[in-house]
Amino acid sequence: MFVEQTLDNCIKCNICVTECPVAAVTDKFPGPKYEGPQAARFRQPNQPLTDWSVDYCSGCRVCNMVCPTGVRIAEINARARAEMVRKGAFGWRTRLRNNLLARSELLGKVGHPIAPLANALLQNPLGRLAAEMTLGIARHAPLPTFSRERFTAWYRAHQPANAPKGKVVYFHGCSTEYYEPRVGRAAVRVLEANGFDVIIPPQHCCGLPLLSNGEFDAARNYHRRNVNSLVEYARQGIPIVGTSTSCTLTLKEEAPELLDAFDEESRLVAERTFDLSEFLLNLHTRGELNTEFRSIDLRAVYHPPCQYRAHRVGRPSLELLRLIPGLDIVESHAACCGIAGTYGFKAEKYEIAMQVGQPLFDLVRATGGPIAICDSETCRWQITHGSGVPSVHPMELLALAYGYEPEGVLQQQTL
Amino acid sequence: MRTIQTEVLVIGGGATGAGIIRDLAMRGFDAILVEKRDLTHGTTGRYHGLLHSGGRYAVKDPKAAVECIEENRILRRIMPHCLEDTGGFFVVTPWDDPDFGDTFMEGCRNAGIPVEEISVAQMLREEPLLNPKISRCFRVPDAAADSFLATRLNAESARAYGARIWTYHEVRDLMMDGQRVIGAVCYDLVHDEEVRIYADMVVNAAGAWAGKIAAMAGLDVTITPGKGVMVAINHRVLNTVVNRCKMPSDGDIIVPIHTVAVIGTTDVKVSDPEHFAIEPWEVELMLDEGEKLVPGVKEMRILRAWAGVRPLYQETKAVDTRDITRAYTLLDHETRDGVSGIITMTGGKWTTYRQMAQVTVDRVCEKFGVQRECRTHLEPLPGAEQHGGYHWLGARFADVERRQAYGDLICECELATREDVERAILEGDAKAIDDIRRMVRLGMGPCQGGFCTFRAVGLLHRLRQPDVEEANAALRDFLQERWKGLLPILWGQQLRQERLDEFIYLSVLNVDHLPGPKATRLAPVMYDPPTGEAPQGRV
Repeated sequence: MFVEQTLDNCIKCNICVTECPVAAVTDKFPGPKYEGPQAARFRQPNQPLTDWSVDYCSGCRVCNMVCPTGVRIAEINARARAEMVRKGAFGWRTRLRNNLLARSELLGKVGHPIAPLANALLQNPLGRLAAEMTLGIARHAPLPTFSRERFTAWYRAHQPANAPKGKVVYFHGCSTEYYEPRVGRAAVRVLEANGFDVIIPPQHCCGLPLLSNGEFDAARNYHRRNVNSLVEYARQGIPIVGTSTSCTLTLKEEAPELLDAFDEESRLVAERTFDLSEFLLNLHTRGELNTEFRSIDLRAVYHPPCQYRAHRVGRPSLELLRLIPGLDIVESHAACCGIAGTYGFKAEKYEIAMQVGQPLFDLVRATGGPIAICDSETCRWQITHGSGVPSVHPMELLALAYGYEPEGVLQQQTL
Repeated sequence: MRTIQTEVLVIGGGATGAGIIRDLAMRGFDAILVEKRDLTHGTTGRYHGLLHSGGRYAVKDPKAAVECIEENRILRRIMPHCLEDTGGFFVVTPWDDPDFGDTFMEGCRNAGIPVEEISVAQMLREEPLLNPKISRCFRVPDAAADSFLATRLNAESARAYGARIWTYHEVRDLMMDGQRVIGAVCYDLVHDEEVRIYADMVVNAAGAWAGKIAAMAGLDVTITPGKGVMVAINHRVLNTVVNRCKMPSDGDIIVPIHTVAVIGTTDVKVSDPEHFAIEPWEVELMLDEGEKLVPGVKEMRILRAWAGVRPLYQETKAVDTRDITRAYTLLDHETRDGVSGIITMTGGKWTTYRQMAQVTVDRVCEKFGVQRECRTHLEPLPGAEQHGGYHWLGARFADVERRQAYGDLICECELATREDVERAILEGDAKAIDDIRRMVRLGMGPCQGGFCTFRAVGLLHRLRQPDVEEANAALRDFLQERWKGLLPILWGQQLRQERLDEFIYLSVLNVDHLPGPKATRLAPVMYDPPTGEAPQGRV
């Protein structure tokens, strides 16, 4: 009940409307004030379907951030979309498309074993055209490629270093597992460089893509299983850290709030979950961070993802990156890259997403560095797609600064 | 000065008057209705919006209960689009006598009101915010009614049958010829002129003002205006009408109507239907009692408070107004007072307005010596057929979504589009912004006119092209009207809202110092503090 009741806080000031990156570029989305606190007064569970335009909310949560009175606009919208799903607003084709995009774990499980074939299909222009025509997956949207090795396979073969500082649970998320294991490797190395023993318990998709697509029941299932898997560590006071800002936000508050999962176990897990940069910056504040960084001579844009700003913890990645000698970081103040999880992959929303991200793409191109930096995977893909500049996770630079071998795009740089 | 001749003159543009003029017109009378402000400006536009099942009177006033359920069935048939079929609960809270439940069931059965007891678990499934300590729950066919729309549609139907309806026509005097009323001297507030209407018969349907009208013919009609204070919660905490299962008393009902839930009401005798204040204890009492039904309601955002005056009539001197019968009264002044040419219909409640009209027009027929059958219970109000079914909360939002009209909202809170407001001004012939409000719910949402008043005045100015001074005064009139209902509940979130509205109007737009009069003749007059009287009621 908490989420909907925040509608009473709205004083109609329009700050959310002026800041909403989606409403700024399309008339299809009337804006956060309209969809959130205003429409909520007309919604009622047992009446016919009323909503359409709320599906154009990207869920970036900029509105929540700027709201001076604390209306949970993005959550009200997410719940409204879930009602649309429940009331059958979407045809089977859209539901199928949304579920394909939102079930990143399932997609990984199916796609990974046949990675070369899957990649060939997913990157093939004809295949993509067919996917757009039949399913509505935007043909130009930046779909990732499956990696050859799963992250957890690497981890099992990995020799842990000495760990005097105790244990940390790492929540790697689907993207690290199936597409970008290098981010996970960087995270493990950074944690180990700080003397932590990294534990990786069995885990599932955090459920956020499903929550953003109104598929609440499936998301609830994933969240429950993650909580079951993580709660023992939380009880022991072991921190749970993640490199995907969306996954950690989901464990921290999105899933509990949207699904009314206010049980003791969910609360415990939420309390012990941190974004990795947040965790490391806390170490630094206590004077416990290993700051023996080697210099990286590079100028690059850092974009804090919307989902990271929603953590309300400042800009921990930016502060960490600024500890690295030689690194010249240009902070992006762009509202959003546009992709918003699965949003920009949808044919009807692709153009909107590209327009939303345009100021950020312009900044990245104008800055002219060899890379851009961003904490969230889909944002990185979108930044690269929109600006042509490859993007990395802050942990990759930290690992490099700790002296580990560069991977991926960083390999190609003369640093 | 204009002079007009008609068969029947109806005084009062509330539910009763509008019902009467429709019935008269349908039975072929040449009739005029005069109302001193806009339609529903009086009690009709200031009640909580309940369509009674009769449950409320089942024990205390069986006659009223029977009338209610009869009319409930008829109104569901002729004006479903003015009603929301919320259903109603009567609940036994820990503060109520648990045995009253059985008495209540019996009362309902005797009055012919369909009633069923449901489990508390079922009640909480349907209304999760209700107090879980409630011990019994009875379901009855209560509903929520849009009295603005219903009254306007009665008027529209009457016009289609040839009646004339003149708003902003104040009755200043009744014209007499010996012991016979022959018409009324009216004053047209818009055109600033006197209008003399000669009529073969005058029907006094002025509600709480009926005593004042009757006095103009030297008639002694004692109406006790019973003030009822209501408080609106910012959103629909409930989707079912919920009544306390006990003898009717203060603060024992919550009605979900449009986007709000209304807690009602108090009942305090006032000396003047026009001058009364909303007292702090009344608002507090509503919230205390509301809290018993929906725990936590006191912490929620309160949108507004307002008061209406019940027209309670009793031949003998009144003491406690709640004990006066709610059943209506027709006074035939020819037999009662020896004054012919006038009858008075008073008392009653919104739910029974149509029956009251029927009884009145039956008497008019008798007086004219004609026999014409009433058909108001058979013929639906305009729009009922096209609309096809009851109103529902999300209908307006669904419509805006379907037409993608969200870029064209004038009142964002209540989703009134530019088209709606323009139609209200042109076709609805709105004279003041408050008239637009009654037609399209402009300014009735959380910001209480903060973001729509200047837009509406802009449209009014563009379409009507009044002097700038007049437009400025219209703006001030409406802001002042909204302010009166905000003053009694000015704390928490609504205070924050008002601070922003204050910045918009007093700082940015400098509304207090714009050229033009402070207020117009058309300004609403309610809640002006009683002149020279000590505050009434408990403190």
